[in-house]
Amino acid sequence: MTTPAPAHDPHGELPVDSDLAAPGRPVHLAGSSILLVLVGGTAGTAAREALSLAMPAVGGIPVAIFLINIVGALFLGVLLEALSRRGPDVGRRRSLRLLLGTGFAGGFTTYSALAVDTGLLLTGGHAAAGVGYALATIAVGALATVAGIALAAARHRKQAIR
Amino acid sequence: MTPLLFVALSLAGGVGAVLRLIVDGAIKTRARGAFPLGTLIINVSGSLVLGFVTQLALSGSLDDAWRLVIGTGLCGGFTTFSTASFETVRLVQQRRYALASVNAVGMLVAAVAAGLFGIVLGRLISG
Repeated sequence: MTTPAPAHDPHGELPVDSDLAAPGRPVHLAGSSILLVLVGGTAGTAAREALSLAMPAVGGIPVAIFLINIVGALFLGVLLEALSRRGPDVGRRRSLRLLLGTGFAGGFTTYSALAVDTGLLLTGGHAAAGVGYALATIAVGALATVAGIALAAARHRKQAIR
Repeated sequence: MTPLLFVALSLAGGVGAVLRLIVDGAIKTRARGAFPLGTLIINVSGSLVLGFVTQLALSGSLDDAWRLVIGTGLCGGFTTFSTASFETVRLVQQRRYALASVNAVGMLVAAVAAGLFGIVLGRLISG
């Protein structure tokens, strides 16, 4: 992305720094970024809690958090791959990434519950369940991420053929 | 759970997500290496705080509503699994296998240890 160089700008030929949302202000401190992540993160957390309340733990293993983390990893894989195939991380694509990725998927999935529940299982005499729960989350989560990326890539190729 | 508590918990999650955006951005501007250090620091520190408030609530030193708002909401929204998993896969795609395994297994071990450390701190404080 290039913009016409203003007469007074000695570096006007350089591409616009994608880390700068407004002159001098990094994207993670811009008011619009903060609002998008706040809205997405609130919605994601609400969805996580609603599912957790609906699905009780089975044998000390928080099944809801496990499924939430897997589905959220799949979703983020689809989202980030689809966005990056549509173009650079600017404008509407960046807004969607902040709202749905950093905000919703980030607030929906959680690492602290995974870590503390695993710790409680390990120290509560359920070491096998703790190790199994934690490793299954990491492994299935990575596979879900790969599947999400592949889904978005396949969809993109299909659209390119049409 | 009362509707008010549900809303407070969800909003705390939104605030946690904003804190993650700011902390990750601040770390990225300082450490521009291949390893996604920001998510590691966020997930480990968030696990420590969740362990701490979980133990305080278990021992009755903290009202359970505060555990839900600070722990499930704020820490839950601050920490993230989806980004950690995506960054691991990206490291594998870049054939940085050692960094990928640190990001997957190393983060897990560090976060569980931090959560347990938070529980111990909570025990010390609540007596």
